[in-house]
Amino acid sequence: MSLLATFNIGSSALTAQAMRLNTIASNIANAESVSGPDGRPYRARQVEFNAITSPNSPGAGVAVTKIIESDAPLRMEYRPGHPKANAAGYVEMPNVNPVEEMVNMISASRSYQMNIEAMNVTRQLMLKTLDLGR
Amino acid sequence: MNAVPQYDPLSFGETALKLRTFRQQILGNNLANSDTPGFKARDIRFADVLKAQMAGSLPSMDVSMVTTHSGHIEGKVTKEDPRILYRVPNQPSKDDNTVDGDVELSEFTKNSVLTEAALGFLSGTLRGRMSAITGQAS
Repeated sequence: MSLLATFNIGSSALTAQAMRLNTIASNIANAESVSGPDGRPYRARQVEFNAITSPNSPGAGVAVTKIIESDAPLRMEYRPGHPKANAAGYVEMPNVNPVEEMVNMISASRSYQMNIEAMNVTRQLMLKTLDLGR
Repeated sequence: MNAVPQYDPLSFGETALKLRTFRQQILGNNLANSDTPGFKARDIRFADVLKAQMAGSLPSMDVSMVTTHSGHIEGKVTKEDPRILYRVPNQPSKDDNTVDGDVELSEFTKNSVLTEAALGFLSGTLRGRMSAITGQAS
């Protein structure tokens, strides 16, 4: 049944968008984390979306294939009293851009809503199909 | 008057419904990939595909190579479904994605209403046949 496939496509998109929201939440939470497990400042993360293709099917949804760390330069903040400060008194801070993250979050939540809407419609159609001939 | 092709309503309804759900899948896939860089929105031309399907002229998706020697390897490739076309974007985006959420969602909703209509027609046909068999109106 084709409608079931539509359902699976929708759920793959929900998973992917939720993962994107997760990375955004992680980025915002770590916007001030001067050191991680490796002793280096946190670097902003981004998910990479890729369309899933399968033979004999018009499309099979979307998947997160990679999580990329941003290589943007770290933010330098002047804090002479900080234990992580260098000789000149600067501390390396994460390269998280809060504005970018917020915009990304709105985009992700809109896409999530759109896919929920599509799945709701598909659900109604499936129920109608079950009632066929009654 | 134009000649209206005569179709069996049952097989016509089935084909139309199959195509509707097929299109629903394509549009759903467009929505799912609205944030995938480089993804191109796809769609079918419903009327044309339905006409071709009813006429029984479905394009083959298998491309095979001619072998003229016993040592030749038989090559068989499944090419892309020729019924599925690409949507023309009405504004370019920086990541080369041609999915427009509003367009896709409205097409999706439109398609679902039309699927319901196809279901209704099919349901009516089935009810009509049932009452013809049993001899009483259902």
